Amino acid sequence: MAFKGALVINTEKCKGCEVCITGCPNGVIALSKKVNAKGYNYLEVVNADACIGCANCAVICPDGVIEVYRAKE
Amino acid sequence: MTREDIIKPENLVYKRTSVLKDATMHYCPGCGHGTVHRIIAEVIEEMGIQDNVVGISPVGCSVLAYNYFDVDFVEAAHGRAPACASAIKRLRPETFVFSYQGDGDLASIGCAEVMHACNRGENITMIFINNGIYGMTGGQMAPTTLEGMETVTCPYGRDPEIMGHTMRLTEALAQLPGTYYVTRQAVYTPALARKCKKAIRQAFENQKLNKGVSFVEVTSNCNSGWKMTAVQANKWMEENTLKYFPLGDMKVNGKFDPKFIERIATFDQPNETLYSLRKK
Repeated sequence: MAFKGALVINTEKCKGCEVCITGCPNGVIALSKKVNAKGYNYLEVVNADACIGCANCAVICPDGVIEVYRAKE
Repeated sequence: MTREDIIKPENLVYKRTSVLKDATMHYCPGCGHGTVHRIIAEVIEEMGIQDNVVGISPVGCSVLAYNYFDVDFVEAAHGRAPACASAIKRLRPETFVFSYQGDGDLASIGCAEVMHACNRGENITMIFINNGIYGMTGGQMAPTTLEGMETVTCPYGRDPEIMGHTMRLTEALAQLPGTYYVTRQAVYTPALARKCKKAIRQAFENQKLNKGVSFVEVTSNCNSGWKMTAVQANKWMEENTLKYFPLGDMKVNGKFDPKFIERIATFDQPNETLYSLRKK
């Protein structure tokens, strides 16, 4: 049984530290080329199909900007 | 399955806890302080003690912790958080009390307070963030700075002959009779962050037993002070800091961990990691 995940990212609070990217097992997330109001390159989902909703990114996010949803396929 | 099918309240697995206020933290991008704040807030939420907990914030980067936690908070004088926490716990024994300090605050100026609070066996939880540097004031040498590590005040690397040795304070506190639970954790990978949450939960649960100090050291990075990116700092920490400050429990339920006893026996020998950092 496979799980599908989806992320909701609070881009205005993201500081672009990239710590979550090292925690993601499937390469789902990357930094955007755009910047938010504070001038940081924020996090965006680049490979949504690969997300399994493991919440690893959210668990190590220092600012808690990631919300994770997971459903059975 | 579309994104709209997945994003439903019943499928939520992770959300920022409501015990943290909505404010954006002032910490540098990638700082371990933010992660530890979030973990403490999650533990408070899970235990359902939000209206019965008092935190003590230190002087240092985390001085503004009271702006982020939606719980009662006291800001103590530099290094005096354990003394302040002892007083609150003695006057209101039913309240959960935790102190939150960095290494400049706890290991340097507050060394006497933490030693005596641990020696008295106050029934409090202490969280100690060790990043081996004074972060807030611009990256000066701290007691926990590794030998050979470059900081603003030791630009050629810390030389133990004139600047003293790297302080393993947590190991010293574990040997005091007043401590009940002493452990060292880290938060730079998801697995370690989950483990750290269990340790902090244990440290809060221990207050119900009234057995003594529960002390959790979290080895953290300071990417600004170390002049690296957050990811580089975490890698550097894994390769250097964690060799001298290895993770793991030191004292559980008032008894030494067997691995800790083995490690103490090697403390009189030179530490290879430290010599590798020295430039001679």
